Amino acid sequence: MARPKLAVWKFASCDGCQLSLLDCEDELLAVAEAIDIAYFPEATSHVDPGPYDLSLVEGSITTSHDAERIRTIRAQSKVLVTIGACATSGGIQALRNFRDHAQMMAVVYARPDYIESLATSTAIGHHIAVDFELRGCPIDKRQLLEVVSAFLHGRKPNVQSHSTCVECKMRGTVCVMVAKGQPCLGPVTHAGCGALCPSYARGCYGCFGPSDAPQPRPLGERLLALGATRAEVKRLFSTFNAAAEPFREEAKRHDD
Amino acid sequence: MTTRTIQVDVLARVEGEGALTLVLDGDTVVDAKLKLFEPPRLFEAMMRGRACTEAPDITARICGICPVAYEMSACHAVEDALGVIVGGALRELRRLLYCGEWIESHVLHMVMLHAPDFLGFPDAMTLAKHHPERVRGGLRIKQAGNAIVATLGGREIHPVNVKVGGFYRAPGRGELAALLPSLRAARDEAEDTLDWLASFEFPAFERDYELVSLRHPSEYPMNEGRLVSTRGLDIDVREFGAHIHEHQVPYSTALQARIVGRGSYQSGPLARFVHNADRLSPRAAAAAARVGLDPACRNPFRMLLARGVETIYALDEAIRIIEGYAPPAEPSVALTMRAGTGQAITEAPRGILYHRYVLDDAGIVQHAQIAPPTSQNQRGIEEDLLAMGPMLASMSIDAATRRAEHAIRNYDPCISCSTHFLTLHFEHRDAP
Repeated sequence: MARPKLAVWKFASCDGCQLSLLDCEDELLAVAEAIDIAYFPEATSHVDPGPYDLSLVEGSITTSHDAERIRTIRAQSKVLVTIGACATSGGIQALRNFRDHAQMMAVVYARPDYIESLATSTAIGHHIAVDFELRGCPIDKRQLLEVVSAFLHGRKPNVQSHSTCVECKMRGTVCVMVAKGQPCLGPVTHAGCGALCPSYARGCYGCFGPSDAPQPRPLGERLLALGATRAEVKRLFSTFNAAAEPFREEAKRHDD
Repeated sequence: MTTRTIQVDVLARVEGEGALTLVLDGDTVVDAKLKLFEPPRLFEAMMRGRACTEAPDITARICGICPVAYEMSACHAVEDALGVIVGGALRELRRLLYCGEWIESHVLHMVMLHAPDFLGFPDAMTLAKHHPERVRGGLRIKQAGNAIVATLGGREIHPVNVKVGGFYRAPGRGELAALLPSLRAARDEAEDTLDWLASFEFPAFERDYELVSLRHPSEYPMNEGRLVSTRGLDIDVREFGAHIHEHQVPYSTALQARIVGRGSYQSGPLARFVHNADRLSPRAAAAAARVGLDPACRNPFRMLLARGVETIYALDEAIRIIEGYAPPAEPSVALTMRAGTGQAITEAPRGILYHRYVLDDAGIVQHAQIAPPTSQNQRGIEEDLLAMGPMLASMSIDAATRRAEHAIRNYDPCISCSTHFLTLHFEHRDAP
């Protein structure tokens, strides 16, 4: 039987999520034997034409060319999974969605006219149908292996969508917000990292985006009661998943 | 005039998206343009209005391959603005974290991305079929480096434990000591790997580069030092802007850097080695001597060996730091916000990384400038390709294309830094 064909695609991003695959040092060679890496330019010059059994897509859509390219990729892919905050919510570069894009271009480039760029950074799911979204900035490599394995076996990935707060309790970490009054997005952030930040004595900064049914408003109020300024609360919700609806709305509530 | 255009859709095994156009007239390359068209993400604009304490977490997202470099340059630049000095065990821990990134990034590039070029394989997976122990050994060294970053930073990519002023939590002695057996084994394996890399055939090519790196009074440079060059540059890092200007070119989203009054320069492992060979550990220095790498080297293909020597050094240094580690009293230095300008250069695996921030009195960023290593090396890469004209012209188009890609990968270009696939447009311009 032919091995299933995997393709890895990149849009606007830092390359970190696809690097997670190369960071699977113990599993990489086994993965490469079980599947045919048909398209993965960060790792190989070898290119096989589509169709592909599984496409992993990293990055957000920020150019009209990319908005077209993702449609072609969807058409060639049996299953398409988006990986990481850029692909699932627009990423840190979606901060442009709430600012004057032309002005931002002028800050960086003497000749913005040389460069083609959209005024928004949008999630892949805004443009095409996506079969599964794997969260994180960056994604967790164990979850990536689970997702790849699940789709290749035709089952649903075992990826929980409860909050980071639950992971923290399961881990037995003392709550940084209750014990030390530190701002923490754990109550509204999607699980997956294993509640890393609190285990390093800092509050969660929301890099996995909103959990299922989050309640950011009472959390925002609690942060203010702990002494955070409105500007600080706004910034806290406006990072790597700034364009994810629940985070965006809470940030907006703290506009001056 | 007849023009032939040969297009290779993918320049693979680099991080980022770009294209290359070479125009040949006889055996002379008359034009070389490295186009970096990674869609702009506008970090310098996004940083405006953010708290300076957010700079390490936000700028780390410029590059998933060397996030520690971004975190280090951001921290040092903000600390420069706030008048904060981080010393003692905290300074050592930062150096340890950087060792971890140098190791994993260098080994990823040497074994997984660049060795296939020298041996004519498309990738490390194919390489693994012919040299399985080399690839497995490389993966073990890489894992040892990643284990440092994951233990000290929380995770390999976008570590969470770095903050302006130090760390959120300082590791216990036992946590770090647990890394020692794998680091010692990796050091032996890195020596063996370097000897294997040195057995490759290196194209005969040299250029009279201006090599630029940090130079520190007592250490092989990572986070601190003066900026020096092989043509007499010797400046405080705060004078970077007076000596190095960034230019926009119409065909690229990355700005190109040049030394005022001179031109392109090269930074990265070869430049660091040339300026700091006397600061290597005895084992790393002995390894360099064994493979015949000396500070007179100007062959960019041999940058591979400088990376190998630095990998041994970083393993040695990590072991030294862990063996002498005593946890600091506090995991970070207290910060007081104030208005000011702060600058820093640190040595990313691929070369120097400059950050500059202007802060208001509440520590909010008013202006940010970031000069990543690949955009600084971009013009030099183009000039390498121009100078390689006769070599490329004597080859078949396929071989010339592979050689050009190989030459670009000498620099371990991280295009997402500056700005992924390189599309190679290879135009043959015959004599009229």
